[in-house]
Amino acid sequence: MEYTDVVMENFTCPKHVGEVEGANGIGQVGSPACGDIMKIFLKINDDDIIEDASFKTFGCGAAVASSSMATDMIIGKSIEEAAKLTNSDVVDALGGLPDVKIHCSVLAAEAIQAAIEDYKKNKKK
Amino acid sequence: MKRIYLDHAATTPIDPIVLEAMLPSLTGNYGNPSSIYVEGRAAKKSIEAARLQIATAINADTREIYFTGSGSEADNWAIKGIAMKNQAKGKHIISTTIEHHAVLHTCQYLEKQGFEVTYLPVDENGLISLDDLKKAIRKDTILVSIMFANNEIGTIEPIKAIGEIVKEKGIIFHTDAVQALGNIPIDVKDLNVDLISLSAHKIYGPKGIGVLYIRKGVPIDNLIHGGAQERKKRAGTENTAEIVAFGKAAELANQHLEENAIHMKTLRDVLIKGVMEKIPQVRLNGHPQQRLPGNANFCFDYIEGESILLSLDIIGVAGSSGSACTSGSLDPSHVLLAIGLPAGVAHGSLRLSIGKSTTLEDINYVVDNLVVIIERLRKMSPINAECPIDDAVFEKADHHKH
Repeated sequence: MEYTDVVMENFTCPKHVGEVEGANGIGQVGSPACGDIMKIFLKINDDDIIEDASFKTFGCGAAVASSSMATDMIIGKSIEEAAKLTNSDVVDALGGLPDVKIHCSVLAAEAIQAAIEDYKKNKKK
Repeated sequence: MKRIYLDHAATTPIDPIVLEAMLPSLTGNYGNPSSIYVEGRAAKKSIEAARLQIATAINADTREIYFTGSGSEADNWAIKGIAMKNQAKGKHIISTTIEHHAVLHTCQYLEKQGFEVTYLPVDENGLISLDDLKKAIRKDTILVSIMFANNEIGTIEPIKAIGEIVKEKGIIFHTDAVQALGNIPIDVKDLNVDLISLSAHKIYGPKGIGVLYIRKGVPIDNLIHGGAQERKKRAGTENTAEIVAFGKAAELANQHLEENAIHMKTLRDVLIKGVMEKIPQVRLNGHPQQRLPGNANFCFDYIEGESILLSLDIIGVAGSSGSACTSGSLDPSHVLLAIGLPAGVAHGSLRLSIGKSTTLEDINYVVDNLVVIIERLRKMSPINAECPIDDAVFEKADHHKH
């Protein structure tokens, strides 16, 4: 099994690690039993544009790299656009993932969707 | 960059003396050992010399040493061969929950063929209980297969005591000693063991060569059928060069057993002490004393094993993990689960196995860098003391359906 240079770069120097200040949409997916937990923090403005995003991830190299890449890809986008981000978009941006690691990219897309849902729920209140 | 290899439980580099010993068999000494002319006889002679070296290393008779293609083949042969030959007497086998997959999956295969297998549990240190073993023995038990030392957590099982219990009942006893060879003394006459699996590449020999020790008179079927090699018990033209190499490697391992063990144990204890003292929220897996001299296995809370391995690899260190992410499945190591670790914790395991060439500087470098790596990964993790893993809110994602 080998990771692409982009994956390694995103693992060694991940972008957007931590908790964004003023996050108003937080999503967490995964299970410790299966070895991955991904938590995404979104700061969304009144026009529903994602101003900033960050992550905290318990998982393998692919999980960290997927989180880093996915958060990077949605900053500046509307929540509508961001919700459309698919796991294959993340895989492509990473230059590919080994077959056994594809689920990490799925997790990233799902965590973003969960964070957006959380934002919508908070907004309704 | 200098590489620091700390995965000797996975495999070891070939010792230059071993390489030198095997090279003539790859070049000049090419004869088929079954041939009666000079070339054949020369090859045969070198195989028999190697057989003697291995027999000497475990205090066996040369006629009890059978070469196989790997340690896994030796395990398969021992278990399937005994099961097939002795099934008229009974179809019950006893093993443990922490065996190598070569034993575990062979037992599972036999279960599908109508055999019954009792898998003895282990305590938090990885030791089986002799009482459990006694209770598990039935009238129809034909084989007990318990590993000498565990490949992941390094725990050494009480083989001699097990042998005494099993012998008294007239049951055949097999032990997978692949991790034990070269690390702890193995004396077949002292141990009451009937079958022992061994492998060359864990003792600075080449990959692809193993041995099954079969005590004289033990009734066993063949696994590989064909020609009359290995006293008609294991067919296939002999791998002369690797057999010669295994012989030399076993001889060296036996000669230097004590000094190597002391060297590894000293460094292992420095490593364990350093990690336990300098890194918070860490646990040592395996028995604190009764463990392989080169084995250290840790679980770091809140982080995942593959991330640790990748981070170590980048700075030049090779180690291994029982994390699911390194095995291609979603389940963490069956050994770590068997000693009672929750799955979430088992994912954060790191095994570092020391070898005869490891130095104190290597260990100090690893400890110092681990402190930084673990801290960095923990900062990245959504779980911590305030938000522990068991309380972490999570949704079962679709991909995690087993």
